Amino acid sequence: MITRFTLALCCLLASASSVAGSKIVATGGASSIEGSAGGGIVPWAVINGYGSSDEWSATAFTSRVGVDDFTLNVFGASVSYDNKWEWSVARQTFKLDSIGGELRQDVFGVKYHIAGELLYTAWPQISVGLQYKKHRDFGLPQAVGARDDSGVDVYFSASKVLFDQVAGRNLLLNGTVRATKANQTGLLGFGSASDNNYQFVFEGSAAVLLNYNVALGIEFKQKPDQLNFATEQHWRDLFVAWFINKHVSVVGGYVDLGSIAGFDQQQGYYISVEGAW
Amino acid sequence: MRTITPLVFALLLTACSQHPQPSLYQQLGGEPGIAAITDGLLQKIEQDQRIVHHFADTDIARFRRLLAEQLCNISGGPCEYTGGTMQESHTGFNITLAHYDALVENLIDVMQQQQISISAQNQLLALLAPMYKDITYR
Repeated sequence: MITRFTLALCCLLASASSVAGSKIVATGGASSIEGSAGGGIVPWAVINGYGSSDEWSATAFTSRVGVDDFTLNVFGASVSYDNKWEWSVARQTFKLDSIGGELRQDVFGVKYHIAGELLYTAWPQISVGLQYKKHRDFGLPQAVGARDDSGVDVYFSASKVLFDQVAGRNLLLNGTVRATKANQTGLLGFGSASDNNYQFVFEGSAAVLLNYNVALGIEFKQKPDQLNFATEQHWRDLFVAWFINKHVSVVGGYVDLGSIAGFDQQQGYYISVEGAW
Repeated sequence: MRTITPLVFALLLTACSQHPQPSLYQQLGGEPGIAAITDGLLQKIEQDQRIVHHFADTDIARFRRLLAEQLCNISGGPCEYTGGTMQESHTGFNITLAHYDALVENLIDVMQQQQISISAQNQLLALLAPMYKDITYR
């Protein structure tokens, strides 16, 4: 599936004309594993692609996270308009390498850029987003205590590029507050038998832009711990993003996903490729 | 001891003044550097269909002089900026975010071509970015 998708992405990239939006390279961010513009695991306030005011943009991406006992494959796409609206969709396939089997989840996202401009205003760029998540293989999550096969996450993000901060380089800071019922971001369903309340979690990213095309960053994603059968822990990663031009970007990283479904110390790699038009 | 302390301070001060941090104006190449940036930017604007229409009625010679004065002035060079405020001079143009992005992109391209250090580029962008609120949607 991923290979076919990558192939399609390459064909599209090869056939793409030089038409790109007016935003400055890298300011559309990358595609997070949930399809929203962001880093790898954290949605940012930036809008996907390079559409500035009154411009449209589209992106397609594929990502893979490989840790000791699991592999997450994601592919998805987004459409953006006016540097204000972003609509995204992502299909996640979570392979249970040690247990056997796989869990699929779809994420439909919408993000609205409320105020501020990433580069130009003293205030950060602020956006609000919704992610409707629908599990496609709910049997296992239900068996381990999840209440629902779908859920809606709501988040507020603030992102800002500060010029000339670290050895003359620009610094991107992002903070996101999310209300969620998701267990392991929804891969293990939503809520639990005993608790169906929203949990508020913080997610943060910081990245140094070595130049206009390369960023070096870290991320932290706080997670709830709702299911009794196993402990859920916070996620973190280190990444290098290379925005080759306004059409192609590649992100590689090291991730630490903590304990997942009883398997401790899940660490490994993250790789993502995005095409933008 | 009492006599040595001032001496040490004097030496330290001398040591510092021997390696002054070059001003942004100097990092941009002084007067010829800023002239090159200004001319490069004008050439980019001329070829940029997204924004060239804003300059249809502009006195280019005057615009060139004022832009060079402003870049010199804000970067700490020995120049007086003799033009109007950013707000005044952009009123009625309805410059959008996309137009502003286009101009910044052109400026970055020119600075890259002139091989200005990334640090100096970022210092200049830090000075120009806040003008967004005075320039756009007027």
